[in-house]
Amino acid sequence: MSADPTQVLAFETDCHIFDGCGFADVAPGLHSFLFEPLLGHQDDAVYFNKTMLLALLGSIIIVGFFWAAFAKPKVVPGKLQMVAEAGYDFVRRGVVYETLGKKEGEKYVPLIVSLFFFVWIMNVWSIIPIAQFPVTAIISYPAVLAGIVYVLWVSLTFKRHGFVGAFKNFTGYDKSLGGVLPLSMTIELFSNLIVRPFTHAVRLFANMFAGHTLLLLFTIATWYMLNGIGIAYSAVSFTMVLVMTAFELFIQAVQAYVFVLLTCSFIQGALAEHH
Amino acid sequence: MSLVNLAAGGEAENPLIPPIPELVIGLIAFVIVFGFLAKKLLPNINKVLEERREAIEGGIEKAEAAQTEAQSVLEQYKAQLAEARHEAARLRQEAQEQGAALIAEMRAEGQRQREEIVAAGHAQIEADRKAAASALRQDVGKLATDLAGKLVGESLEDHARQSRVIDRFLDDLEEKAEATR
Repeated sequence: MSADPTQVLAFETDCHIFDGCGFADVAPGLHSFLFEPLLGHQDDAVYFNKTMLLALLGSIIIVGFFWAAFAKPKVVPGKLQMVAEAGYDFVRRGVVYETLGKKEGEKYVPLIVSLFFFVWIMNVWSIIPIAQFPVTAIISYPAVLAGIVYVLWVSLTFKRHGFVGAFKNFTGYDKSLGGVLPLSMTIELFSNLIVRPFTHAVRLFANMFAGHTLLLLFTIATWYMLNGIGIAYSAVSFTMVLVMTAFELFIQAVQAYVFVLLTCSFIQGALAEHH
Repeated sequence: MSLVNLAAGGEAENPLIPPIPELVIGLIAFVIVFGFLAKKLLPNINKVLEERREAIEGGIEKAEAAQTEAQSVLEQYKAQLAEARHEAARLRQEAQEQGAALIAEMRAEGQRQREEIVAAGHAQIEADRKAAASALRQDVGKLATDLAGKLVGESLEDHARQSRVIDRFLDDLEEKAEATR
């Protein structure tokens, strides 16, 4: 897509089955995740594209919503405040207090709440008409969030346990392991400090990437097969679009929840006494 | 066209390599959200939630106080009721005892009066009998002397003799009566 600036939609609209046009020409792929920048050029150091626009717009929406709900909160809440409170309370009680406890967790509530709503709204862009692209399907966004969480829990570990204690924490030091201790420590160190942040980001990214690809596939196939007898197949494909849209709506929330739950468990690991 | 184009243009980037500009925008976007929520909006709502919690707890405390008071008043009423019942039972018992005593007393009084009347009757009868007996004795004596005088032809009117004869006669009569009894 990025190669053709005149292209507005994610595929060519005049390509149909039985028209001598193969599905491979329109099928979604990696190119579906590349956008011609709205400002600047892809190869420039500075550019501005659709994903960035959605990311900033999403931030403004989240802040706008919570501003409207919490800027002048009432003891007896209005409807909007009640909805926002329910969301806030869900993350605070359901995620932070459940994993970190009220005493230790209170400090991290703002971060976890921000993370949850940020990830969720960025995911939800996937099924908003016209936008229809999950911001988190670009690895940069999950990577930034996972990076922030990584910096937080690593520095927390050093602060809580000192240098030696942190090292023991990262390596899962356990004398009773005896001979395999060096091996186990190497694996743990690798797993905790290198694999963990990577999987944290990629889990979110890959889910949204795959979800978007599936939605694209069925949407494009619906249009592509809309010719002659293909209309019957097109109907099936369209049903799948509806089903997948509903499923994505679910996955978006689940992935946001998983992301903050993992964040909490990392913080918990950093605060916990090593054995 | 795209796949072919991408292959030709060599543009198929690894989707796991994050583009730097998007990292920056992502960071900015998140910092905006975190900044507003952490610095202003969440402290705001926390304060209100705390106020609400206090208001609710105050309400609960008030309700608890009211309930405790209601409970104590109820207990007081129950105690009073029980006392009243007890009092009533005591009064009833007392009245019963008094009634029984009264009846017994009246019965005793009746008994006494009856006995008195009976005794008086007996005494009257005895007196009457005695009077009748003495009158009868005089009459019988007189009749007998009159009869005997007429038979003997001799006046037995001399009082002393007469009385002696009569008494003897009557004594004989009584002795005979005693003997036959």
